[in-house]
Amino acid sequence: MQPESVSATQIEYDVQTEQMLLSMGPQHPSTHGVLRLALRTDGEVVLAAMPHIGYLHRCAEKIGEKLTVRQFVPYTDRLDYLAAMNMNLGWALTVEKLLGIEVSEKTMHLRVLVCELDRIASHLVGTCALGLDLGSFTPFMWCFREREKILNLFEALCGARMLYNYVVPGGVMAEPPRGWLEQCRQFLDQFQPVIEDLHVVLTTNDVFIRRTAGIGVLSPQTAISYGCTGPVLRATGVCWDLRRHGEPIYTRMYDDYQFHIAAQTDGRYPQHGRQPPVPGSAVLGDSWHRFYVRLLEIGESAAVVRQAIDKYSRLKGAPSGPIPMRTKLPQAAAYLETEAPKGQLGFLIIGDGSAVPWRVRIRSPSFCNLSAVEEMCRGCLLADVPAIVGSLDIVLGEIDR
Amino acid sequence: MADHLANWFHPSLDWLAYTIAGAAGAALLLVVALMVAAVSMWLERKISARIQDRLGPTRVGGRYGWLQPLADGLKVLGKEDIIPAQADKLLFRAAPYLAYAAAFCTYMVLPFSGRWVALPLDSAVFMFLAVASLEVPAIILAGYASGSKYSLFGAMREAAQVVSYEIPLALCVVIPVMLAGTLSLSEIAEQQRGWLTSWLVFRNPFVCGAFFVFGICALAHTNRAPFDLPEAESELVAGFMTEYSGFRWVVFFMAEYAAMFAICGLGAILFLGGWNGPIPLTDLLGLRYDAGPLAGWLGDALGAINFIFKCFLGITCMIWMRWTLPRLRIDQVMSLCLKYCIPLATLMLAGCMLWQYAMPGGVVHTVGNAGHSHSPVAECTQHRPHAQRRLSNPLSGPGAPENSSLRQQPRLLLEATSVLLRGN
Repeated sequence: MQPESVSATQIEYDVQTEQMLLSMGPQHPSTHGVLRLALRTDGEVVLAAMPHIGYLHRCAEKIGEKLTVRQFVPYTDRLDYLAAMNMNLGWALTVEKLLGIEVSEKTMHLRVLVCELDRIASHLVGTCALGLDLGSFTPFMWCFREREKILNLFEALCGARMLYNYVVPGGVMAEPPRGWLEQCRQFLDQFQPVIEDLHVVLTTNDVFIRRTAGIGVLSPQTAISYGCTGPVLRATGVCWDLRRHGEPIYTRMYDDYQFHIAAQTDGRYPQHGRQPPVPGSAVLGDSWHRFYVRLLEIGESAAVVRQAIDKYSRLKGAPSGPIPMRTKLPQAAAYLETEAPKGQLGFLIIGDGSAVPWRVRIRSPSFCNLSAVEEMCRGCLLADVPAIVGSLDIVLGEIDR
Repeated sequence: MADHLANWFHPSLDWLAYTIAGAAGAALLLVVALMVAAVSMWLERKISARIQDRLGPTRVGGRYGWLQPLADGLKVLGKEDIIPAQADKLLFRAAPYLAYAAAFCTYMVLPFSGRWVALPLDSAVFMFLAVASLEVPAIILAGYASGSKYSLFGAMREAAQVVSYEIPLALCVVIPVMLAGTLSLSEIAEQQRGWLTSWLVFRNPFVCGAFFVFGICALAHTNRAPFDLPEAESELVAGFMTEYSGFRWVVFFMAEYAAMFAICGLGAILFLGGWNGPIPLTDLLGLRYDAGPLAGWLGDALGAINFIFKCFLGITCMIWMRWTLPRLRIDQVMSLCLKYCIPLATLMLAGCMLWQYAMPGGVVHTVGNAGHSHSPVAECTQHRPHAQRRLSNPLSGPGAPENSSLRQQPRLLLEATSVLLRGN
C-alpha cells in the first residue's frame, strides 16, 4: 500500500493499543490477602479479570478428616479469621445436627450474642476496607478502633483475640466472666455514634458515592446463578437471610429476636434508626449497595446483641459445655448452612462410626462471591477493580480453605 | 549580596563573587526547603494521627515527636538501594532529582518577604508555572524508566492529569495578575499591603471563586488526595514510585512536600496578601527600610513569618483533605478539571474583568472611599517610588501613567493570557 493513499481516518482506525496483562496480586495492597487477579487491560480499561486462588491453601478439609470433630474447631477459626465465632458456630451446629444434640436455651442466647458481636467486627473490617481501597484511610482506623473493643471483649471471654475456639459442639467453652455483659452493653452504647460517623465520611460522601454507585452491578439472577450469598446477594434486592430462612436447628436460635433483613424490597430498605437515603446514582446490586447493606447489618446486629444480653441474663443456670473429645459419630451425613457475615457457610460431615469424620467439606461463601468478579469487572476501569473486589468483602483463608 | 562581594574582589574576579553569592543563596534556600519538608512531614503525621484517633509520633524528639522526620529519613537511608533489572538505569536514577529540582527551583522566585526573594523577576509568575510543571516530565520519566507496569500506569495517569489541571490553574493565576497589573510576585504581594480587606481574595466575589478553583487545581498539581492518582496505592501499589526505595524514594517524597509549600506560597501571594498580615503591623510599627536597616529587616522577618504561616495553613488544609476524602477516578479527575474548573475559572476571569470596570478599586475601597478618585494601587505607590517604576514596567508599556494602569487591563489580560498559554 502506498503511504500517500492512507487517509488520516484510516490510520486512526488501524492504530490499536496493545493489550497488557497486569498481575494484580498476590502481593498487592488491596487484594485482601493473597488473591491474584490477572487483568487483561487496554489502557485503564479492564477487558477481563481472572481471579487466581490457592496461595493460602492449607488443606483444611483434609485435616478435618484426620481429627475428631472437637479437635477440628480451631481449624474452623482459621477459615474466616475475621469472623471466627461464626465459623465455630457453623461447625458446632453441623456436628450437633449429625449427633442429634440440642443445646440449652441459655447456650443459644450466648451463641447469638457472640456471633452477632463477631458479625459487627467482621462487617466493620469489610466496610472500612472498601473505604481504604478507595483511598480513604481515616474510616479504616475508626473501624479498627471499634473492632479492637470487640476483640477485647472476646479476649476477656475466651482468652483469644482472633481465633477463639469458643463455640464448640455441645455448647461453649466457658461462661462469660463477671461484669462481661455490662461491658458489652457499654460497648454498644458508645458504638451507635460511630455508625453515624461512618455514614458521614463514607455513605453520604460525594466522592465515595461517585466511586461506588453504579460500579460492579450484579443482577439478582446473576448473583443467584453464581451462588452469591450474604450481603452480596441481599444488596441485589433479594431478601434472603438464613437466620430467618435456614434450617430449624439454626433459625430457632433467632426465633425470639427482632431484627430486619437488610435488603431493599419494594424499593426501600427497612428503616432502623437514622440512616441516610439511597443516592440517586446508586443502582441496586452495585458496590454502594453492598457497602450500605453491611452498615445496616451492623446496626441490626447491635440490636440483636442488646436483646441477647437481656435474654441471657434473664435465664438461670450455666451454658452447656462441649461434648467429649472422642465422641463417636454415627454412620450418617449432615450438611448445614449458616449465615456467616460473608454469606452462607456450609459444612458437610460424613461419619463412619468412628470419632474421626470420614469426609469433611466446606462451602465457602467468599469463594462463590469471588466467582462473580469476572462478570462484574468486565469493561470497568482499573480503579474500579478495588472498588468491586473490596465490596465483595472476601477472606482468602476461607476461599482457599 | 553579590554586589557587596564584588566590591571586595578585583573587578576581574566578579564572576567568582557572583558564583559565591549564588551558591550561598541556593544553600540557604535548600535549607529552607528541607526544613519545610521536615515540618510538613511531621505535621502530616501528627494531623493524620489526630484525625484517626491516634497519637502519631511521640518518642523521637520529645513528647511531640519533632525529630520523627529526621529519624524516618535516616531509616530510609539505610534501606537497600534497588534498581530493577528492566529499568532504564540512567533515567531511573535521574528522575527523582529532576522532580525535586523542579519543585525546589520554584522557591527561587518565591518572595518570602519584601526583600527576601532570591530572584526578584518581573515575570516571576510565569517562571513559577513553567518551572513547577517540569515536575511532570520527571514523574513520567520515573514511571517509564522503572520498567514496571504499575509505574507506567502511574506515569500515564500523571500525563492525563496534567493536561486537565494546568489550564484552569493558569486561568486562576491570570486573575490576580490582571488585578495587579504585573507578573512580578513581589509586586503583587506589595500591592496587597494594608488591612485584611486589601488582600486580593477579598477584592471581589470572582477572585474569591477563583481562589477556590485555584485550591482544587493546587491539590491536583501536588498529586495529593483526592487527586493522588499517579501513586494510588490501592490500585497501582505506589504508581510511579513502586520501584523506588531508599534515598531516591525520599527525594520523591520531599519533592511532594516542597511542591506543596511552593504552591501554597503561590496561592498566599496571589490571593492572601503574601507576607502582609491581616493587620498592617509593620506599617503601624514603622518597620520599613526608610526607618533604618534594622527596622526594615525586622519588618521583613515579620513578613516572612506571616508568609510561612499562611503556607502552612494551606498545607494543613491539604493534609486535612487527604485524610478525609477517598480518591477520585482518573476520568472523574479529568471531567472535574475540564468540565467544571475551566468554565468556572473562565467565568471568574470574565466576571472579574467586568467588575473591575464597574468598581476599579474593589468593592471595599470603591464603596468605602466613594468620593476619592485614587485607586488603591495609586495610593500604595505614592510612598513607594520603586513600585511605580515596576508598575509601569512589564506589560502596560513604559510610558503609561500610573493611575491608568488599571484601565489597561483588557490588553494586559490578553497579553498575559497569550504568554501563559504559549508557555503551557
